[in-house]
Amino acid sequence: MSESQKTIEIEVLRYNPETDQAPHLQVFQVPFADDMSVLQGAQYIKDHLDGSLSFRWSCRMAICGSCGMMVNGEPHLSCQTFLRDYYPARVRIEALSHFPIERDLVINMEGFIDKLESIQPYIIPKEKRSLAQGEYLQTPEQLNAYEQFSSCINCMLCYAACPQFGLNADFVGPAAMALLHRYNMDSRDGAAEERMELVAAEEGVFNCTAVGYCSEVCPKQVDPANAVNINKTNAAKDYFLRFLSPKGGSK
Amino acid sequence: MKSGLKRSNAPIFWALFGGGGMLSALVGPMLVFITGIAIPFGLLLPEGAMSYPKMLAFAQNWLGKAFVFAVIALFLWHAAHRIFHTLHDVGIHAGVAARLICYGSAFVATLVSAYVLLGLGF
Amino acid sequence: MSKRRPYVRPMDGWWKKNPYFVEYMVHEGTALFVAAYAFTLLVGLVRLGQGEAAWNGWLEALKSPLSLAFHAVLLVAILYHTYTWFKIMPRTLPPIIVGGKKLAPATITGGGLMAALVASLVLLGLVWRIAQ
Repeated sequence: MSESQKTIEIEVLRYNPETDQAPHLQVFQVPFADDMSVLQGAQYIKDHLDGSLSFRWSCRMAICGSCGMMVNGEPHLSCQTFLRDYYPARVRIEALSHFPIERDLVINMEGFIDKLESIQPYIIPKEKRSLAQGEYLQTPEQLNAYEQFSSCINCMLCYAACPQFGLNADFVGPAAMALLHRYNMDSRDGAAEERMELVAAEEGVFNCTAVGYCSEVCPKQVDPANAVNINKTNAAKDYFLRFLSPKGGSK
Repeated sequence: MKSGLKRSNAPIFWALFGGGGMLSALVGPMLVFITGIAIPFGLLLPEGAMSYPKMLAFAQNWLGKAFVFAVIALFLWHAAHRIFHTLHDVGIHAGVAARLICYGSAFVATLVSAYVLLGLGF
Repeated sequence: MSKRRPYVRPMDGWWKKNPYFVEYMVHEGTALFVAAYAFTLLVGLVRLGQGEAAWNGWLEALKSPLSLAFHAVLLVAILYHTYTWFKIMPRTLPPIIVGGKKLAPATITGGGLMAALVASLVLLGLVWRIAQ
């Protein structure tokens, strides 16, 4: 490090399940450059200061969704968050809030994967078509109805932003609900009633208190809060009208 | 799909919360101004606007009755639901006591206002 | 044997840790003031049911400086409720399509606030008419 080299302090929440009872903070001095992302800061630490630091990353271009972490207490994709926006102050990085910490910045995402599965994230055709009948056609308006909700990259920042998920880990949560809504809104799909069972369940949308922070932190403008709250209305309709038209999905 | 899912009864409370939230957002501030500031202190509106004969007539009119009932009951169901969730937020979780205090008081207040309004006659 | 021992962080005091959550707790807190106002009206209604003397006593109580201060606080808190109720509305309403385009969040919030203004003026006008 040359005399003129600027440095920035990066404080990292460390946790080693084999030796630590609880997570603790550790400060590293990292050479600072204007174009360095927070992820690059973490990579510098791993490559030069402490090879045991664990974190997930892959694409470095905000599309794989694996490098989410808390930066000064806010959920961010660390690859598109820049150290220059904090310099010369110290930056604190922690594993995504509300998830169990596996080690250092790596969280346990098993619960999230289960939730993704539980919403049946695939098109269940309204009407089966044979190959000979050709493809399912969709108008631009029909595409518009769900396109926004299909942009989710499963980065889980919205879960780290959702206190209701933090308070009740069973809550289906923002991203899974956004994806559920994406399939419900697809003109080719016919399983909205089936998915209603989960939407209307105790684990479903009514855990949400419309904090709205999930949508603020979403790097892809999916607006998961909107998906959750639209489905509150849908679930309420299903609740009150199920006696009139006995076809609600929920039992 | 997960098995053993239980349907939530939240829609009842959520609908009352939403109705009360919307009503209080639309007319809450003006109502506070009218009944708590303007009329008692003769600002903009005459003090006599809430005289006994006027208010009795208002509460005996079925529309007036409905308005008073909606304001008191829905405001309270709105507040009860929000306070119940806030208790959960600060770590006091959905116990029977929290439920009774929040929704119970809204329920009792609803009964009392219905009783008084019906007692005032038409 | 697995060396895994996932650590679950406590949620204590989560609402103090982010300005966004502090604001959330403040606007949730307006419910206390909405409840206080509804109870004030309920007392008034009960007094009305008890007859003219009781009603006049309630009216007299409203004229105290303490009551004025109380209602001033209620007014501020419930105004904040109105503002935050419509501010979150673009996130809670289904998309509203006008002329093939989704209505902008600011338009929804602005529309809600305008509706509140109109409803308030109508209410004031009605009370003014009753007062004559």
